[in-house]
Amino acid sequence: MLSQGMASRGDIIEGRAREALIVLGCPEVPVQQALALYAADRLNDDGYSLSIAGNPAVLNLLRISDPKRMYIRELVELERCIDELSKEVRQADLILAFIHNDAGISFASTIRFLFPGRLVVLVFGREAEARAEELEISCELIMDPAVHNPGKLRRKLDEVMGWQKQ
Amino acid sequence: MGCVQNLGYEVILEYTSFKESREYIEKHYSDIYYVDPGFLLFEKRMIGVPPIALAIEGEDTVILPYTKPCFGTYLLRVQDEEGAAYVRANARRKP
Repeated sequence: MLSQGMASRGDIIEGRAREALIVLGCPEVPVQQALALYAADRLNDDGYSLSIAGNPAVLNLLRISDPKRMYIRELVELERCIDELSKEVRQADLILAFIHNDAGISFASTIRFLFPGRLVVLVFGREAEARAEELEISCELIMDPAVHNPGKLRRKLDEVMGWQKQ
Repeated sequence: MGCVQNLGYEVILEYTSFKESREYIEKHYSDIYYVDPGFLLFEKRMIGVPPIALAIEGEDTVILPYTKPCFGTYLLRVQDEEGAAYVRANARRKP
């Protein structure tokens, strides 16, 4: 088992640890927080150097949920994250983006434009199907109209990411 | 060219979608420009589905979308001669 936040030798790319970025939307749909912490735990175990981007509200929820930082590592304000991706000063090998509203489509499309690597998009919430139809980008799409129960999305995420059942 | 918050702005549309914002610009303005996501304007990176539509109103006023994660897209009017000149010089005319 890996130490938290440490990369194994197999997780080093050209002298640096693989980097994963989770991009969160507005925190008003409960499944997002659960899945973000779940994905953070899995990515940490996979040896990624992890960052999570979001607006101040969502970052504050994470800080309060995880005071000992068992799951979260670097937290970055969303506008700063987009600025760093634009300037190519932020590197990522994998991005997980969470979408449940129209603004999420705009942010995911922006990330797709700026980031050529592996992009996994989770679309959730009551209007998930309509949002997924609006998303015209190349990505690995996971969709379920979940609001309170993250079970189906978690199972689909496990499949896409190749994570074994825990 | 300063930050949009410091320059002051007028809200034309609020709580709208990226699609409605683009349609509004293309319907109501004639001096239209297009940029890609990440385009730096008023010290903010443009967020949206490419191509992102902007407009110039008169000589010195920029019409631009601004997206917030919880509130959707706002269409803003910002009066700034330097910003308008920057859009004319750096944005493209066609989508």
